[in-house]
Amino acid sequence: MTEIIAVKAEETANGAEPTQISPETAAPGIAVKADKLYKAFGRKPHEIVKKLQAGAVRDDLAHLGTAAVIDASFEVQRGEIFVVMGLSGSGKSTLIRMLNGLLEATSGTVSVGGTNITGIPAAKLRDVRRQSISMVFQHFALLPHRTVIDNVAYGLEVQGMPREERLAKARTIIRLVGLDGWADNLPAELSGGMQQRVGLGRALAADTDVLLMDEAFSALDPLIRREMQEQLIELQAELGKTIIFITHDLNEAMFLGDRIAVMRDGRIVQIGTPEEILTDPANDYVAQFVQDVDRARVLTAGSVMEPVRSVVTVSAGPRAALRTMRDLQTSATFVLRRDRSFAGVVRDRDVLTQVKAGDGDLRSIILEATAVTADTALVDLVELAVESDLPIAVVDERNRLLGVIPRVTLLAALGNVSTGTGELPVIEPPATISMSIITETLRETAPEGVQP
Amino acid sequence: MSTAALINTVMVNTSDFRIPLGSWADSFIDFITDTFGFFFDFVRAIFSGAYDLVDLVLATPPFWVIILVAAALALMIRGWKFAVGTVVGLVVIVGVDQWENAMDSLALVLVASILAILFSVPLGILSAKSNLASGIIRPILDFMQTMPAFVYLIPALILFRVGVVPGIVATIIFAMAPGVRLTDLGIRNVDHEVVEAGQAFGASPWRILRQIQLPLAMPTIMAGINQVIMLSLSMVVIAGMVGAGGLGQQVVASLNRIDVSLGFEAGLSVVILAIFLDRITAALGTGNTPIGRIRAARKHRSAPVAPAPTSDDAVHEAAKRPGVLIGS
Repeated sequence: MTEIIAVKAEETANGAEPTQISPETAAPGIAVKADKLYKAFGRKPHEIVKKLQAGAVRDDLAHLGTAAVIDASFEVQRGEIFVVMGLSGSGKSTLIRMLNGLLEATSGTVSVGGTNITGIPAAKLRDVRRQSISMVFQHFALLPHRTVIDNVAYGLEVQGMPREERLAKARTIIRLVGLDGWADNLPAELSGGMQQRVGLGRALAADTDVLLMDEAFSALDPLIRREMQEQLIELQAELGKTIIFITHDLNEAMFLGDRIAVMRDGRIVQIGTPEEILTDPANDYVAQFVQDVDRARVLTAGSVMEPVRSVVTVSAGPRAALRTMRDLQTSATFVLRRDRSFAGVVRDRDVLTQVKAGDGDLRSIILEATAVTADTALVDLVELAVESDLPIAVVDERNRLLGVIPRVTLLAALGNVSTGTGELPVIEPPATISMSIITETLRETAPEGVQP
Repeated sequence: MSTAALINTVMVNTSDFRIPLGSWADSFIDFITDTFGFFFDFVRAIFSGAYDLVDLVLATPPFWVIILVAAALALMIRGWKFAVGTVVGLVVIVGVDQWENAMDSLALVLVASILAILFSVPLGILSAKSNLASGIIRPILDFMQTMPAFVYLIPALILFRVGVVPGIVATIIFAMAPGVRLTDLGIRNVDHEVVEAGQAFGASPWRILRQIQLPLAMPTIMAGINQVIMLSLSMVVIAGMVGAGGLGQQVVASLNRIDVSLGFEAGLSVVILAIFLDRITAALGTGNTPIGRIRAARKHRSAPVAPAPTSDDAVHEAAKRPGVLIGS
């Protein structure tokens, strides 16, 4: 077992360079891995775990002690922000403390950067903490008797870096987290948000691959919290750290997380991307939990769009467009170019005029229509939906039409209700010219021998 | 019926019932004296040597030198008001002709307190670090603190013979408890998250103790040290009974002679010493001393780049500095 792990560690150490192609595609592999983790408190923790493994229910074991974490397994990829979310008492804080060995797992294994950290001697564990994994705390946990710069340099000091060198490095980190000019102040002289920047700086200065953040922004004002979240994402993009973030705030989890693990009563009930959690909750608990989330910021155009029904190609001509609109009972249709790229939209009136005039070229009457990419958040679609009654087109990076979002769909997604149409597609905008007029026009203008 | 009979039997027999705890203690002390006599002679030599040394320093110079030194100390640690009070108090001691006795007692208090602190702080650390150790230490402390001081004066007398040493030993035992307890409490009360932070960055237990726990527990530990010194002083009179000299002997003598004036003068001298020592150590505990303030101010001036956080606005503004991370 240990040999395999050792080999793995060596691979990651030596093999990283040749396989590295570019910073974007680099850092493959698993930064932190938890395998069947259990943590029980009480007089007989092992007995509790044994009974849980045999299928006992947590509440039935209350007399033996508390099972804080039950059968938690997950893998965190390098460079990922992995959020563990749950209410207080769900075991998330216990879980994160097992990842750097502050708490010893009752059963199961944790590996950091390929090194197993469960059951290793204390000195080795300290090495891992110094080199591979640092932590940011909910209440900052700064050393109150030390200045900001000495706090930031603390990890380096523990690593044994000479004073001048570590202070120089701490200075760059202080600039990075936006605390320029506060280096020689004591933590008590700083506001909460600034103190947490010191906490973050201390963790960044240690220059470990993995950052554990335990409710790091929960003690801050909402405004400052939002700002810290945005900066964390910027920092992460810049430094490429692996971040494991604990929070009880679903919006925070949705905003930060590449993936989210939802915990309840010590168990991980679902792991997935924010959209997966939101659109496909694993059970009622998660569903109930996510119903208050700010869906507009989490859901993207791609996740709510509907298949395109009302669409014609330029070459199909106005008659085909008119027929499509008549069949779908709508007053507008999207138009694609020859290469299937999105051209715009035509209105029934214009097409009708064109058909009557005998003009065969749709291109002259194509109106410009708003198109968004699939990863646009719904919050950015609201304004577009207000401005135009047309469905919003969703295109890919090559401008090909992927789907559309009618107003109804947008509203339904924001309100977390089913559109109720089932298989029937929602087609907007509704027809404004009566079917009979269109049919008649088509018949009148029909070339010889063609049935409308 | 049978129960009543049993109770009756017990009642009758209680007059004969006796646990010979006292004679066990007696033979235990005998055993120790016989077996470890050399050890106690050694301890006696050290303690009396330390006492003589401190007493020499305090009693040899003319009284005004000591008063000036004490006043200077008071000025540095608490300020000029306390310095004036110190001078007045000490002059009163000189005025009632108790100066030498006071210096003898002060020497005893200093030696006993320093030794008590040397024992109690490490014990307190041990007790904070290990629940097993605290489980053992706690009842012993209770025993030491509640057993009447006179009682362990007796074996101390046997082991160390009449003089200043049994007084020092009894004082140490009596005064140690708050030192241990408050050190334990102080370390245990250090913010758990800060200790965790030390662990999370890979600091060794020793480093955490030195850099986090002890500095943060210092106010509590100093409160403990203050209590150790005050309890030592309260033992001065009892130590006087076994020939330790000083103010204690004066009080004992006044009690024997029913001499109100001597008793009052000696007692007042004890009070003056007590107030002086208490105020000095209490100020050290909070760290709010004139010297500390001067040092902090100088440090602040030496950091010119640091914008002084004078108002809430400044703090808020810096916290809100937007986009500081972009492109840095």
